[in-house]
Amino acid sequence: MNGALTIQHFLALSGLLFSMGVVGIYMNRRNIIVVLMAIELMLLAVNINFVGFAALHGNLEGQIFSFFILTVAAAEAAIGLAILVIYFRKRGSIDIDAASELKG
Amino acid sequence: MIEFLFYIFASVLIGSAAMVLFARHPVHAVLFLIVCFFNAGAIFILAGAEFLGMMLVIVYVGAVAVLFLFVVMMLDVDFAGLKADMMRQWPLGLLLGMVLLLEIGLIGWSSPAAFPEATGENTRAIGRVLYTEYFLPFQVSGLLLLVAMTGAIVLTLRHKPDVKRQQIGQQLKRDPKQTVILTNPKTGEGVG
Repeated sequence: MNGALTIQHFLALSGLLFSMGVVGIYMNRRNIIVVLMAIELMLLAVNINFVGFAALHGNLEGQIFSFFILTVAAAEAAIGLAILVIYFRKRGSIDIDAASELKG
Repeated sequence: MIEFLFYIFASVLIGSAAMVLFARHPVHAVLFLIVCFFNAGAIFILAGAEFLGMMLVIVYVGAVAVLFLFVVMMLDVDFAGLKADMMRQWPLGLLLGMVLLLEIGLIGWSSPAAFPEATGENTRAIGRVLYTEYFLPFQVSGLLLLVAMTGAIVLTLRHKPDVKRQQIGQQLKRDPKQTVILTNPKTGEGVG
């Protein structure tokens, strides 16, 4: 059924997606919402890699690990957005550069 | 045929990922994120991971993307101002992406290895492994979700002064003799 697909397809796709996530974090540094979405994209790229290798080796460990990554990503999004909401309440903006009080 | 489908889903995934990062308004970005997750789910199904593909759609589209949408709509942010100085640094960002992509490509470059035949019993197999061999991590991830939920609630909880709350101790200490007065008013006069 999957005769035509190779691991290279998945590696290329996840590499491209991961790089786009990094570039997105770099370019949207001031907008925390987009930064969080870029982190989700990077986690998705990692998941694609795991699923690809699970399919390549024919065992389920990669899929199980991907399952746990999914859980952690959901928890991370919830906590990140909660922090974003209280940060916005305190500052009235979501600019990361404004969060510099801990700078020495 | 599978390869053709993979290319379709992968190109839509990459295109909508680009739109997530460079969309003009965050609501559009979240909608493109949903498109991304649908396509990633389809790619998982192509790789023989049906359960994970369905899970991705349920968890990400049903929960995470809706959470993002709520937050984007609740916050009254000046998005245009945030977007304005983003384009100033695009050459460096592009360079960073190219270098990273080149390095990942160098690591991943090897002779193509085709996937073995999928059995089509993915969900049953995952259930067999997840509830036996990986039972403890499964429980711990449930605990993690509980902690995340409690944390999110505690972080965003606000104590407003004008909200009426229960004060259990005071409510229990009240004596009916001091708070209730029995009267017997005459007809037409009412309670004095």
